[in-house]
Amino acid sequence: MSYPSRPPADAAPVTGSPRGDLADLLADPAAHGPVITAECPAVDSGGISAVAAHVARLAPHADAINATDNPAARAHVSNVAMAIAIKQLGAQPILQVACRDKNRLALEADIVGAALHGITAVCCMTGDDVTAGDEPEARRVFDLDSPQLIRAASSLAKGCYLSGRALDPAPPLFIGAVENPAAPPFAYRVRRGLKKAAAGARFLQLQICYHPDRLAEFAELARDSGLTPRVALLPTIALLKGSRALRYMTANVPGIHIPEPVIERVENAADPGEAAYRLALEQAEHALSLPGVRGLHIADFRHDDTIARLRSDLGLPAAHSAPDTDALTV
Amino acid sequence: MARLLATIEHVVKKPIWDCRMCGQCVLHSTGLTCPMTCPKQLRNGPCGGVREDGACEVDPSMTCVWLKAHNRSERMPRTLRKEFDDLRPPVDNRLQDTSSWANLLSGRDRVVPDGWQPDA
Repeated sequence: MSYPSRPPADAAPVTGSPRGDLADLLADPAAHGPVITAECPAVDSGGISAVAAHVARLAPHADAINATDNPAARAHVSNVAMAIAIKQLGAQPILQVACRDKNRLALEADIVGAALHGITAVCCMTGDDVTAGDEPEARRVFDLDSPQLIRAASSLAKGCYLSGRALDPAPPLFIGAVENPAAPPFAYRVRRGLKKAAAGARFLQLQICYHPDRLAEFAELARDSGLTPRVALLPTIALLKGSRALRYMTANVPGIHIPEPVIERVENAADPGEAAYRLALEQAEHALSLPGVRGLHIADFRHDDTIARLRSDLGLPAAHSAPDTDALTV
Repeated sequence: MARLLATIEHVVKKPIWDCRMCGQCVLHSTGLTCPMTCPKQLRNGPCGGVREDGACEVDPSMTCVWLKAHNRSERMPRTLRKEFDDLRPPVDNRLQDTSSWANLLSGRDRVVPDGWQPDA
């Protein structure tokens, strides 16, 4: 069987258009309020419709959607292919680029290749090790590390490859990165953020963090050191179904540690699903109260309408305008 | 001569720092901790996978190389401590197994790609 290369009519999921370019939204807190980005779940097959199902759920509530790069060190539809699909479906993609699987030539090619399709938001990261995935026998690459990848992307945005060979016109990239405020050495994490900012990062999607004190300390140090508002902080909030997911994350996801009382609070609740949501809502409210935090990055593992509920409970504006409204304002 | 120098360097640095002979030594700016012993060979600080107890994401039996580097760099003289935050350029893989001493003297270890531009 063949899959359609364009979104089928019944898969057109996004109503209206994104409320603005990610760079513009992050640059002006007064005008735009908190910015929401979301992680698109990895897809393996099923054509554009498979992506459309996720985008339909996420795009009305997210200003931009991450196209992941073999998350958890498992092979999936590639970051570039996903980003193109997300864009075709009417949402704004962020191209995640990880250092684990590709050397510098391939990383540069992916970034300029996506830019050819109008995908300009890039999020650079080291990537989980191959041992975290289901093909641990694979060769790990790490030809560049993430600060070097950010600098390489900056060079592309300035009009040349790492070699110095010209790119004309230069792709107008908006470069970001990730950081983990809850992983040792805590005191150093903001300095690493500063290094990434110097290399060219303008936003940091922060790893899921179940230590609010560490997140608060990171945000305060980021403010005091001038990291913010130079870069926009987007702490990640995970939407989970219950305590099993918490136990899985703390045991298996590199760099995430969840204190036992937090897990027990969800586990022992009369309605664990609701308790997991309440936990996420508390985390989101706390994160948004911190200095330099420009919004949230949502990792939705519930695959239901929780993201809509979260946005509503936080009192955030719609990420996409409804088509009717568009028609009225024309 | 170059080969002899590389052999001597390896004999000296392997037992002390587990030197991997990358040929572009940065030990002085990384708290005398070799970043090439990081399983991901990261040159610019720890990844986000460091475990709660400070162990390496890849090999839980070892402490994160960059955690050690950070702690040790705090005990270094001020100028070297500051260099810890330098953005170190990508490894030049052509220098593998050559002497970093020779490359330091010739300036070869400071050659960066033409497109490696100053801070953004």
